[in-house]
Amino acid sequence: MVMAFPFVWQIIMSLSTNAEVQSVAPVFWPAELQWSNYVEVFERLPFLGQLQNSVIITVVRTLAQILFCTLAGYAFARMRFRGRSVLLALVLSILMVPSQVYLLSQYQIVQGLGLLDSLGGLVLPGLFSAFGTYLMRTAFLAMPAELEEAARLDGANPFQIFWRIMLPLARPTMSVLAITTVLWSWNELLWPLVVTTYSDRMPLSAGLATLIGDRTTDYPVVMAASLLAMAPVLLLFILLQRRVIDGLASSGLK
Amino acid sequence: MTTAEHPSGPPAPPFAGGPGRVRPILPPSPAKNNRRRGGDGLWPWLFIAPLVLGIAVFYLWPIVQTVATSFTETGPFGGSTFSGIENYVELFTDPQLYRSLGNTLLYTAIVMLGIPIAVYLASLLNLPGLRFASLYRVLFFLPYVAMPTAVAMVWRLIFNGDFGLLNYGLGFLGIDGPYWISTPVFAMVAVAIVGLWSSLGFSLIVLAAGLKNIPPELYEAAELDGATRWGQFRFITVPLLSPSVFFVTIVTVISSFQLFDLLYAILGSSNPVLPKSMSLVYFFYREGFVNNDKGFAAAIAMVILVIIGIVTLLQFRFQKKWVQSD
Repeated sequence: MVMAFPFVWQIIMSLSTNAEVQSVAPVFWPAELQWSNYVEVFERLPFLGQLQNSVIITVVRTLAQILFCTLAGYAFARMRFRGRSVLLALVLSILMVPSQVYLLSQYQIVQGLGLLDSLGGLVLPGLFSAFGTYLMRTAFLAMPAELEEAARLDGANPFQIFWRIMLPLARPTMSVLAITTVLWSWNELLWPLVVTTYSDRMPLSAGLATLIGDRTTDYPVVMAASLLAMAPVLLLFILLQRRVIDGLASSGLK
Repeated sequence: MTTAEHPSGPPAPPFAGGPGRVRPILPPSPAKNNRRRGGDGLWPWLFIAPLVLGIAVFYLWPIVQTVATSFTETGPFGGSTFSGIENYVELFTDPQLYRSLGNTLLYTAIVMLGIPIAVYLASLLNLPGLRFASLYRVLFFLPYVAMPTAVAMVWRLIFNGDFGLLNYGLGFLGIDGPYWISTPVFAMVAVAIVGLWSSLGFSLIVLAAGLKNIPPELYEAAELDGATRWGQFRFITVPLLSPSVFFVTIVTVISSFQLFDLLYAILGSSNPVLPKSMSLVYFFYREGFVNNDKGFAAAIAMVILVIIGIVTLLQFRFQKKWVQSD
């Protein structure tokens, strides 16, 4: 199968010797499986530090987006206040703007805050999401008003209504938001490349990219490292595949 | 309750527009009801404050600033001075702009070849009684969720001019494969093949959902009327699937125009072929963050914005036609 072949080939190459990888007639199966390549990933590359960075960035962003986007999405869908439609239009207008347009100034802001080469700088702009707000607002818009009315008559305040009644109903959409945020944050390249210069400060996506072009590359170790870097998200995807596929397809956004 | 008594509306002028113009009497909506009881007060502001502040500081303000920056010249000590449309004049006379645009278009064109493939595969996936359908869905989708820099590593090996699998295979067909990654046009073709591979799953899923929404009765009726397979495809599938195809096309074009990750990860940052194989976004990245010419980079960002804007406008024009694939 053409689609899966590159992954299979990557696994085979990660278990070969460098000489086998570079032999002109491809070696389709290594003479001896070189599991030690996987150990070398941790010894020769700042892999563990980058893995840790990726995990922290992804977890913090996902939690923040869920919190901020559900709160704002709920208010935009269900509450009345002056300037609501203007503010909503401003937030959603970002969906149409390519990231290059705000990247330069985001960099300058992070630089101004002294957060270059730090986790704070890496994580910062991705805490907020117009797309997430749009997604959550759509979910809240579809919910029946009777529930809110009943709770209001029982004397619940708006936060209690949101937290106890509406939020649990929004769980499926929240998981779509969580999944898209994890995927995007884990795989993102441009922002980490711009904000970090030292390889031990980078997340895995940018860290792997720095290995390219190195003439003395030890191919099997690089293959093993990239497989390990993809593994967490691919496992998550395989476990939750139905939800991920349906969620991404219906959200219709990259 | 008459119009005049409505608390939020002004009394209707008696002869303003004749009897037909009397404001309709609607039952008060929950919203208005709510406002009459004092509204939600401060609550909504507490709810939206974190997000709106974050969006304003990290997205809206930067957009305004980039527009302004595109009219300035970055000085040697980091300061900037107003320079009018100088950046734009410089940009539009720079052959690199047209080369990058051409490369991006070439990439987009090749990735678009994936859409007819996806239509075909989606119709196969939709056949009744297909075994392992969900396994295929996962396999096709895997490249879409995989980290671009990580899959790029193995593609670099496959495209390697000396010991790569692709040239080895081409050798059997009597073709002497090029040094893909270090030859200008072939480098972009190589990146586009990976782009096609990684975006196919997304198109496929959206199209498969679109196919599922076509009522099977239509096909049954057509069959009774003696329509051929081709006729069914031509008169039922094509018109009813076209909204999904259009949607997938727009998404593919927009994301292709943002090509950066795969290109950077496959070619690397010091590849001598880069100037000839650059995408628009890579051009932007190089000017803004490698050559540190922020004003010029901002002008490139504006060009990208306009192109994406045109595509998005097209999408809105046709929005009525495409059905969400929920």
